[in-house]
Amino acid sequence: MAFAAFSHGGGGSKKSAAPVSKGSGKVALLLLLPGLFYLAVFFIAPLFSLIATSLQTMDISSGFPIYNYGFQVSNYIDVVSQYGPQIFRSFFYALLATIAALIISYPLAYFIGVKARRWPLLQGLMLTLVIAPFFISFLLRTFAWKQIFSNESWIVSGLQQIGLLSPDQYLVGTPFMVIFGLTYNFIPFMTLPLYTTLERLDVRYLEAGADLYASPRKTFMKVTLPLSMPGIVSGTLLTFIPIAGDYVNASGLFLGSTETSMLGNVVESKFLKSYEYPTASALSVILMGAILLLVTLYVRKSGTDDLL
Amino acid sequence: MATEFVARGADLELKGIRKEFPGFTAIEDLDLHIPAGEFFALLGPSGCGKTTTLRLVAGLDQPTKGQILIGGKDVTHTKAHERPVNTVFQSYALFPHMSVLENVAFGLKQRKIDDPMTKAQASLDLVELGHLALRRPAQLSGGQQQRVALARALVNRPSLLLLDEPLGALDLKLRRQMQIELKAIQMEVGLTFLHVTHDQEEAMDMADTVAVMNKGRIEQMGSPEKLYDRPKTVFVSKFLGQSNLFVGSVEEENASSISINVAGSKITVPKDRAEKHKGKIAVGVRPEKAFFHEEKPKLGAGHNLIGPGEIIDIRFTGVSNQYLIEIPKIGNVTVFAQNIGKSPVTELGAQVWVSWKVEHAFGLSDLPTNTGSETITESITVQ
Amino acid sequence: MKNFSLGKYALPVYAVLAFTYLLIPIAYTFVFSFNDYRRSNIAWRGFTFDNWTSVCEAQGVCEAFATSVSIGLISTVIATVLGTMIAIALVRYRFKFRSAVSLLLFLPMATPELVLGAGLAAQFFNVGAEMGFGTIVIAHVMFCLSFVVVTVKARVASLDPALEEAGRDLYAAPAQVFWKITFPLLLPGIMAAALLAFALSFDDFIITYFNSGPTETFPKYVYTAAAKGLPGEANVIGMSVFFLAIAIVVTVQVRSSLKAKRLAKIK
Repeated sequence: MAFAAFSHGGGGSKKSAAPVSKGSGKVALLLLLPGLFYLAVFFIAPLFSLIATSLQTMDISSGFPIYNYGFQVSNYIDVVSQYGPQIFRSFFYALLATIAALIISYPLAYFIGVKARRWPLLQGLMLTLVIAPFFISFLLRTFAWKQIFSNESWIVSGLQQIGLLSPDQYLVGTPFMVIFGLTYNFIPFMTLPLYTTLERLDVRYLEAGADLYASPRKTFMKVTLPLSMPGIVSGTLLTFIPIAGDYVNASGLFLGSTETSMLGNVVESKFLKSYEYPTASALSVILMGAILLLVTLYVRKSGTDDLL
Repeated sequence: MATEFVARGADLELKGIRKEFPGFTAIEDLDLHIPAGEFFALLGPSGCGKTTTLRLVAGLDQPTKGQILIGGKDVTHTKAHERPVNTVFQSYALFPHMSVLENVAFGLKQRKIDDPMTKAQASLDLVELGHLALRRPAQLSGGQQQRVALARALVNRPSLLLLDEPLGALDLKLRRQMQIELKAIQMEVGLTFLHVTHDQEEAMDMADTVAVMNKGRIEQMGSPEKLYDRPKTVFVSKFLGQSNLFVGSVEEENASSISINVAGSKITVPKDRAEKHKGKIAVGVRPEKAFFHEEKPKLGAGHNLIGPGEIIDIRFTGVSNQYLIEIPKIGNVTVFAQNIGKSPVTELGAQVWVSWKVEHAFGLSDLPTNTGSETITESITVQ
Repeated sequence: MKNFSLGKYALPVYAVLAFTYLLIPIAYTFVFSFNDYRRSNIAWRGFTFDNWTSVCEAQGVCEAFATSVSIGLISTVIATVLGTMIAIALVRYRFKFRSAVSLLLFLPMATPELVLGAGLAAQFFNVGAEMGFGTIVIAHVMFCLSFVVVTVKARVASLDPALEEAGRDLYAAPAQVFWKITFPLLLPGIMAAALLAFALSFDDFIITYFNSGPTETFPKYVYTAAAKGLPGEANVIGMSVFFLAIAIVVTVQVRSSLKAKRLAKIK
């Protein structure tokens, strides 16, 4: 128990150690420069490359397309009018899958973070189970769901027999299956931040709530839920962002079909199959812009500036 | 390299030290001399610059201006790891990834001194922790960690040992015990100790010389007895123990003493116990040197007398009773009366006079910030 | 009374169901790693150890796996070194543009992988770089870097600066202070960051696919094989990686829990 006293005692020296004298400015620069330079060249520059590419003009006079630098803003208009459904699906699926992940994760995170608090080892093992899907390849686990719900599986034939699916209806290739896969694949991104917030939740607040004549339901709505807001905010962002850009789940090779194509599937095929770089780039820029806007609004509204 | 490190303490001299941080000045123009082999305490409230001074001496920070000399040698621009100085840190800063023995041997190994492990073991034996040499610091109690930190510094036989509030994290009982041990070790090894603390009792208890620091300057320096008996500033009179202060203009003066007029009462102070002899000055007396009387006493010229006033608060603290007496136009005066059998008046509301010997009064060089006839009886440290 | 018992058991039961759901695809992959499959590993055709005993039988699986491991190792080393340096600078030094640096480090984590992959590919395409092993490593270092910084930063922040000062005070020169004190104390954080970086790199598909050219990584192998049916050997590799990762995590957890118990006993 003496531990707490030491860490407390260390505070004083920490404060006085913070201002660093002149010579170490150089050290800081040497430590920062390589990494920041790397990000400037391979992260920032590519984003500008993407924007530049998205504005390129296409020249097919020589028989095959040649792209030249230009300022063809109409590329964006073309892209939106042509791939409106896919753009919409990306955000709509992401929204539904994020909500589903939140509903599934919250009770689980609450159980691990609050109810299992007295048994740290059990808590640790349950957390390992939560992240276990991460340890098996993303594509393998998605493929496994495809097989489990394949047209020949007993699940599908069972559903057909009890009439939930008509005899010519299957699961793979439907929006339901894609959202199911997206939810499953990104659940740990939701559960972990929720767990982190709930783990720190002081149960005495809940007891105080109950003591002040609040029903369990009211205590949850008025105390637990507001206190777990930071976890909900970072969890939903961590889930929504990768889902909106995913193209594996919705791909025809995995859980989707052409009917479920998302923005990512278009980018993938334009970039890697038909080499329509401006189209692919314009779609990527739209995704990036939308995500940035969303993150800014969301964070500003929920007031959790220092998440992540 | 190793020969540079002397086995006995060296003196420390700070000349015109100034330390500025972005936005504030931590130390302004500090001169200080600590003779070799002395136990010196730098006492002050948090933020007074005492820890900064210590860090400058250790070489962990560089002064903006001024010189630091250890044993007559200028070390101002010497790096921390090249100075013959060791520190016992406030948080102890024991390396958690090394055993206790490895911690103690660390400095010896860095200087490539022969047989570091044997010497480290001997140093641990000195602080009576030899049997815990193979433990990790986290497996020790607070008091044990403190001793390891001390052994780790002492084993290097530094010219100067710096102690940064080393007892701050310990509980009261352990702190008392460590104070005694620390003092004993200092006498045994004969090193120069520079001890930084905000605990006035600790400083007075252990140090040969105490320097009271405030707002980046040394207010007063001297033996604990002298500092207590004859504080020179309002800050020192309040930081070291409690004081009753009276402010008034000097109205009478003779060969040996001066007197001020405080709301009609005459308060006399010996000239050699006063910093200023003219104008408006503050005169003080310690609460335990003041007495109260139920009837106006007949006292000679060697006494100051004020009153009558009313007892408005009585606190029983065990060894003494503390009385708070409100005297009209003068203010509140605190008097400590020892509980030696028969207690004086004990009921609230009694009318009393307060007196003390002229030779117990002291005159200060500055005035309390809330001037006027208001007296200062509250003190920063409790008891 | 009925309400009470329901409330007591509802959450544990729910947790068991949720864990089952999370583990189903893993169990499926495990079971089908023992399938005596013919052309495609879809229907159960009987139990065999063949997939486990001769993993490299299936064409390209082992090569793809080896490529992924070497990309993972190289990217991890680079990202960990660069990220650790940044983390130390961020915690220990004050400098201008601090918030700009933090933003620059945050952005790659908030950017969809699709955009990272397509952006880098556009860049490589515009400068005419040849896609392959090198471009994959470049991409992986880029997206692992921020995660390394975040992980190591937490460790640096929890390190008492007085420890390094004590090292200086005890005659250690700056380089010795780093290697004897700072580095060993940061090592658990650095190791955690390296493991995370390796895991991210090894499992990445979305960014890799855009920047790999003809180079085949394990996830890419699974993606292309998915069309014609995945060989059971791929399941074997997936499960081996899974068991290895679980073993590492559980070992770390049990060790730290034992350590905590030991300390509690002494106090």
